[in-house]
Amino acid sequence: MKYLLPLMLLATPVMAQDKPVLTVYTYDSFVTEWGPGPAIETAFEATCGCDLQFTAAGDGAALLARLRLEGTRTRADVVLGLDANLTAAAAETGLFARHDLGDVAYDLPIEWEDDMFVPYDWGYFAFVHDADLSAPTNFRALGDSDLKIVIQDPRSSTPGLGLLLWIKAAYGDAAPEIWQGLADNIVTVTKGWSESYGMFLEGEADMVLSYTTSPAYHLIAEDDASKVAAPFDEGHYLQVEVAAAVASSDQIDLAHEFLRFMVTDGFQSVIPTTNWMYPAVTPADGLPEGFETLITPQTALIFPAGEAAEARDLALDEWLTALSR
Amino acid sequence: MADRAQPLNLSVWAGGLAAALILTLTLGTIAAVLARAEGSFALGAGDLAAIRFTLVQAVLSGVLSCVLAVPVARALARRRFVGRAVLVTLMGAPFILPVIVAVLGLVMVFGRAGWVSGALGLFGLPPVHIYGLHGVVLAHVFFNLPLATRLILQGWLSIPAERFRLAATLGMTPRDVARHLEWPMLRATLPGAFMVIFLICTTSFAVALAVGGGPRATTVELAIYQAFRFDFDLSRAAFLALIQLAISGAAALLALWVAVPQATGAGLDRTVERWDAARPGLRVLDGALIILAALFLLLPLTAIALRGLPEVLSLPAGVWQAAWRSLCVAGLSVIVTVVLALSMTLAITGLRNRALAKGIEVTGYLAVAASPLVIGTGLFLIVFPFANPADLALPVTALVNAVMALPFALRALVPAAQEVEARFGPLADSLGMTGWHRLRRLTLPRLRRPLGFAAALAGALSMGDLGVIALFADPDAGTLPLLLYRLMGSYRMDQAAGVALVLLGLSLLVFWLFDRGGRVDADL
Repeated sequence: MKYLLPLMLLATPVMAQDKPVLTVYTYDSFVTEWGPGPAIETAFEATCGCDLQFTAAGDGAALLARLRLEGTRTRADVVLGLDANLTAAAAETGLFARHDLGDVAYDLPIEWEDDMFVPYDWGYFAFVHDADLSAPTNFRALGDSDLKIVIQDPRSSTPGLGLLLWIKAAYGDAAPEIWQGLADNIVTVTKGWSESYGMFLEGEADMVLSYTTSPAYHLIAEDDASKVAAPFDEGHYLQVEVAAAVASSDQIDLAHEFLRFMVTDGFQSVIPTTNWMYPAVTPADGLPEGFETLITPQTALIFPAGEAAEARDLALDEWLTALSR
Repeated sequence: MADRAQPLNLSVWAGGLAAALILTLTLGTIAAVLARAEGSFALGAGDLAAIRFTLVQAVLSGVLSCVLAVPVARALARRRFVGRAVLVTLMGAPFILPVIVAVLGLVMVFGRAGWVSGALGLFGLPPVHIYGLHGVVLAHVFFNLPLATRLILQGWLSIPAERFRLAATLGMTPRDVARHLEWPMLRATLPGAFMVIFLICTTSFAVALAVGGGPRATTVELAIYQAFRFDFDLSRAAFLALIQLAISGAAALLALWVAVPQATGAGLDRTVERWDAARPGLRVLDGALIILAALFLLLPLTAIALRGLPEVLSLPAGVWQAAWRSLCVAGLSVIVTVVLALSMTLAITGLRNRALAKGIEVTGYLAVAASPLVIGTGLFLIVFPFANPADLALPVTALVNAVMALPFALRALVPAAQEVEARFGPLADSLGMTGWHRLRRLTLPRLRRPLGFAAALAGALSMGDLGVIALFADPDAGTLPLLLYRLMGSYRMDQAAGVALVLLGLSLLVFWLFDRGGRVDADL
C-alpha cells in the first residue's frame, strides 16, 4: 500500500497555476482523446488565457442528475451536453444563467429560440442497416416486415428515449398500435447505445436504432461504405444538444465567453468528425467530405421543450404496456 | 475460551469495525440519498413486477448454477489430467469479465447469428433464440457456474484423503461414497454457494435487459436507475434500494440457517486418491461433463479473444496507462478485501455469541446486493462537500470493489476457518497457542489456499468492474473498463474488442498469480 498510494497520486492531474480555471461538465464520449474535447480545449485556451477543464459524467440525463445532486455548490461553470428534451427540467432547477449571445444564424432544421440554452450540434435518430438490405420506409412497414431490430431502453438511454418521442410525435394516439406492430421485430432492448450497436455489428439484428450520421463514421473513419440509414417518410425525430452557463459560477464571464466561442468555427469545425453530429453553425469550410452521402429527412419532428416531459411519461407507459405483453 | 480473551477481543473488534464500514457503505449511502430526497413514495405496479422478476431470475440462476456445478466439481475433484490447473483458472474467467464484454461474447456464440445458430443452420435447423427469461438465466449461469464450481470444488478437496482410503477399504461403491462423504459436504457448501449467486443476480441490470428481450426483464436495479435519472426521484431510488437490501438480507439469513456445518475428522493432508471413481463408465461421464462445461464457458471467451486479437498491437497508448491504473486499483482492492475478510472471519469463528457472529457474516454479504448506483450516488453526496470527487476516484473505486468482493472471500474463508478451529482448536488450546502466535503458526498457514483464492477473486473482479468510477472519474484518469465503455460509446468497437482482450488477459493473470500463491504446495 505504501508503494501504491504515491503511484496513484501520480495518476491524478496536476492543477495549472495562476490562470483562471473554467470547469465544463459534459458527457463521457465528449472528453475522450478521439472525441471533440481535446481539440476544443486547445482552441479555446489559445484565446481565453484560462485553463479549460472537462469533467465527464455519463450521458445527458446523468449530467443533469449530477448537477441537481450538487446544487449551487457545484464546481461546474458550464454544462455541455444536455438534450433539448431536458431543457425544461433543467431550466426549472434554477441553476442555469441566461446567455448573452443575441442573434446567431443557426443551421438547425428548426427555429431555435431559448434565452438559456445554446445549441452546439444536432442530428436525427434513424435506423442504420447494411447497404444491401432493402429497408422499410416507415414504422408501419417495419412492423409488417420480418426484419429484426435492436433498440435501447428509454429509461436508461438517450436514443432509446428519442425513439419513444419519435413514434409519439409521428403517430400521437396511434403510438401504442405502432409499438404492438414492432414488438415481434425487436430482438432485444439494451441499457445503452453501445450494446445495441455492438450487437448489430455482430450481425444479431438487421437494423439498429442510431443516428442518420452513423454511416459517416464508418465511411470517413473506417473507409467503409456498407452502412446506411433508412429514410422514414413520417419524418425523423431531431436531437439538439445544448450547453448553458451555471448561474452560481465564480467564472461567469469566462463561461459566457465559452458559450460565444462554442458557436464559432474553432468549436463547430471539430464536431462533425469527432462527435459525429451536424454542427449547429456550419463552419466556413462546410461539412467534411462524406457527409453529403447521408440521408436528409424532409420532416424534422420534435416536441417543444415544455411539452417533452408530459409526452415522455405518457409514451413510456404506452411503451411498457405494448412490450410487456 | 476465556483464557484467550485478549487476542479474541482484538479480532472481534476488527471484525466489528469491518462490519460497521460495510453498513456505512450500504445503509449509510442509502441514508445519504434519502437525506437529499423530497416527497414521499409508494410502490407502483411496475415496481412490484420488477421485484417479482428480480426474485424469479435470481432464484433460477442460483439454483441452476449450483445444480450444474455439482457434477462438474465432482468430475474435476476426482480426475487428474494434463492442463487441469489451467482449465480451472480459465473457467473462472466469465465471472470477472465486464458485463458488456460478456454479453457480446455470449451473443457471438449463442445469438441469432452466433456460432451455435450457424452450426444448426448447416443441418437446416432454425437459429437459437436466447432472448427472454431463459436467456437471462443462461447468461447468469455463464457468469456464475465457474464460481459455484470453485466453491463446491473447495468443499470436495476439504474431505480428508483418509476418508476415501477408508471408504475404499470398506469396499464402498460410488453411491455409498456419495451418501456418506459427499452429501454431508454438499449440505454444508451448497446453501452458501447458492446464496452468493442469488445475491449477485439480484443487482443484475444491463445483462438482464440485454438478453431479457425487453421491458419484461425489468429488474429492481433498472427501476432504481429509472427513478434516479429519468424522474430524479431520490426517495423512490432509496426505497427501492432498501427493498433490494431487505430481500438480500433475508436470503442470506435463510441460507446461513439452512447450511449445516460439516463435522469432519482431521486428516493428514495426503493427496486424495479416488479408488471408488476408477470405473470406466465414470471416467467417460466425468470426461464428458468437463468437456461440456469447458465448451460452454470457453467458447464465448474464445469469441472475445478472436475478436480482439487483431487489434491488440495497434491500441492507443492511453490503454496501457489505463491498464496500469486498473492494476493499482486491483492491488489496493486485494489488500482491503483481505484485511476485511480476515478480520471478519476471525470474529465470526471466535465469537461465542452465535447471533452476533451470524450478524457480522450477513453484513459481509449485504454489500454485493446493494445497488451500485445508490452506493455511488451516496458516496458522491458524502464526499462532494469536502473534496473533489475526481481526486478520490481511484481509492473510492478500490474500496467499493473490495467490499463487493467480500462475500466471495467470506464464502471461501469462513468454512475453512471453522474447520481449522474444529480440527486444531483443542490441540492449540492445550498447547497454549494464543494471539498472534496462533494466527501466524496455525490459522494463516491453514487458510492459505482460501486466502489466495479470495485475493485472486478480489483482484480480478476489481480489474473488470466498472464500479463507481463512472460517477467519479476524471476524464484523463479512467480505468480499463471505463476506457472500454468509452471506446464503444464512440463507435470504436474494434479497439474496444482489443481492450477487452487486454482486460481479460490481465484479469486472468492477476487471478492466477494470487490463486497460485495460495496453493504453491497443492494441486487444486
